[in-house]
Amino acid sequence: MSATEPLLEVDGLSVEFDTPEGVVKAVRDVSWNLMPGETLGIVGESGSGKSVSVMSLMKLIPTPPGRIVAGEVRFRDRDLLKLSRFQLRKLRGKDLAMVFQDPMSSLNPVQTVGRQIAEAMTVHDSKLSDNEARRRSIELLEVVGVPQADVRFKQYPHQFSGGMRQRAMIAMAIANRPPILIADEPTTALDVTIQAQVMEVLKDAQKKAGAAMVLITHDLGLIAEMADRVIVMYGGRVVEVGDVRTVFHNPQHPYTFGLMASLPRLDTQTETLPTIPGQPPSLITPPTGCAFHPRCRLKRDRLDCEQDVPPLREVTTEHFSACHHTDEMDQLIEEVSAEVGTDLTRGES
Amino acid sequence: MSGVAAAEEVANVRLERGQEILRVEDLKTHFPIRSGLLRRQVGTVQAVDGVSFSLAAGETLGLVGESGCGKSTIARTVMRLTEPTDGRILFKGEDITGFSRSQMRPIRQQMQIIFQDPYSSLNPRMSVEDIVGEPLRVHDMWKEQGHARVAELLDIVGLSPEHGKRFPHEFSGGQRQRIGVARALALNPQLIILDEPVSALDVSIQAQIVNLLKRLQDEFDLAYLFIAHDLSVVRHISDRVAVMYLGKMAEIGDHHDIYERPTHPYTQALLSAVPLPDPDARGQRGRIVLEGDVPSPSNPPSGCRFRTRCWKAEDRCAEEVPELIDRFGHGHPSACHFAELAPDSVGSGDAD
Repeated sequence: MSATEPLLEVDGLSVEFDTPEGVVKAVRDVSWNLMPGETLGIVGESGSGKSVSVMSLMKLIPTPPGRIVAGEVRFRDRDLLKLSRFQLRKLRGKDLAMVFQDPMSSLNPVQTVGRQIAEAMTVHDSKLSDNEARRRSIELLEVVGVPQADVRFKQYPHQFSGGMRQRAMIAMAIANRPPILIADEPTTALDVTIQAQVMEVLKDAQKKAGAAMVLITHDLGLIAEMADRVIVMYGGRVVEVGDVRTVFHNPQHPYTFGLMASLPRLDTQTETLPTIPGQPPSLITPPTGCAFHPRCRLKRDRLDCEQDVPPLREVTTEHFSACHHTDEMDQLIEEVSAEVGTDLTRGES
Repeated sequence: MSGVAAAEEVANVRLERGQEILRVEDLKTHFPIRSGLLRRQVGTVQAVDGVSFSLAAGETLGLVGESGCGKSTIARTVMRLTEPTDGRILFKGEDITGFSRSQMRPIRQQMQIIFQDPYSSLNPRMSVEDIVGEPLRVHDMWKEQGHARVAELLDIVGLSPEHGKRFPHEFSGGQRQRIGVARALALNPQLIILDEPVSALDVSIQAQIVNLLKRLQDEFDLAYLFIAHDLSVVRHISDRVAVMYLGKMAEIGDHHDIYERPTHPYTQALLSAVPLPDPDARGQRGRIVLEGDVPSPSNPPSGCRFRTRCWKAEDRCAEEVPELIDRFGHGHPSACHFAELAPDSVGSGDAD
């Protein structure tokens, strides 16, 4: 994977929002890159900065109150953050396409679904005839598994169910075969059987378009199922990055471990769920040093956690963690396992 | 077998635990669809259509299903916030189906409901002490217990007494849900209906609340009717689980039966659709991806309501409503003509 050049590089991104209560430091010094064709999962809880960091790539955050205070986003030798609105508009949909959580509010309610898909193509290709755009739109609806695509083409969003609307959004997103697909909680609003349908469609569409995908979700299950690599965010920062199997089997950040351990499982049974004590951090007055230290069991009264922001360090090959005390992870996992009476070591299998 | 007799059988399944707290027999809740100038009734939404179950002290019955399956309507109907169309609701053996408001008053002390959204279920203008103490005031118990009881309740749910002076907006989602739990406990209820109590919470907070609920159940011998769409949470907290589809019960049994030996195709599909947080499970599970969407409850399919999305459907499924019975001695009833164990049920591998 390291042999090829990254498609997209995010470097030192920081985003703030002005609110009546103070400045919200939503994203702090976030860096990552996206390789061609890969699926990169970004996981975190509400307020972790996962959505904001990705929305900022295309300057899709409202400014004001939002503000990109630092960083660079390199795509094809250009810094996306330095592009004008007009230049960005030419990129959106063509090079980077997005699928949002709520398809009802991202589709225009007074235009037929078909026309919106066709427009997604004609806006980037003025030579495309109406007939051709129509033909391709129907084809796209078929690709994403909308039955009776020619009939559905003429319908309005309200005539579509939630799952069907999300399929239409995916059709629109892949219409121009973009090299990068960004899916922000694409199935969170859907029921689980419909989620399964839509994820299959998304995977398939990604493959057909040969796109790399950034999948943002709070659902560790979806990450485990879809992602090649995963980024874990907490309090606006990246705390762990690595290959999905490595991170799930051998988490190297106490937060990642806590998050995975606190998840009730469908396939196993535990009596008591190991919890992460306390509350998510305030983003206006984030804890000093490591943002996780007030809730962390590894801190053990040590000052470095309180004082120094832990940098992302490579623990094993291509596996990074932002914790001062990764060498004590095994001990932590054993400790928590003993407390809840369940073996939480998942080990490398 | 008559509908009521079948309902009896289902209601009796595995009831060897504590005292029976709640029994629901053949419950139907239909809503009229009105249209036009005269608001004439043009149809009926059959939100709940013939559901039976029972619940004992100290026990948790999980009610799962996707949106529109009627699980929340059951909660509201049992609380008598919505009037049932047919069927009976028995609370500690007493038929409360036709009870008037004043008759319901003493009953309401003993059954409480906790809602999903901790942001909208607490009055933003009331202090936490007023919120938690409100049930005491309503039931004329404030004078004798008052502040001391509120402090005790806050302590029970893991908040400190000084939190009582604050207002809901000062709390995070998880803490708000704790306030909701404290309020529900104020009158020493025997039954708590929990309608998606942790769905709005982040994973790390969700585990705290789930553990709290389990601890309180042990401490006060509470009966929980736990409604959720998250199958993993339901498995964790429930003793028995009922799977709903379009207003009917597809399958009911103890949680091992449902999660490791499901026999209804819908249960099997539902379980297989949940993504497991284990990258090694990828591609290892036989995933059943259902076709199509859930039909409208105002015009449900004839016969088995699941047949339009079911891979096993035959002519018989359109003609005959499958009864909720234990067909092949799998130990728990399932409403499918062709109920059988899946070759690869989800489970810890010990599914037999």
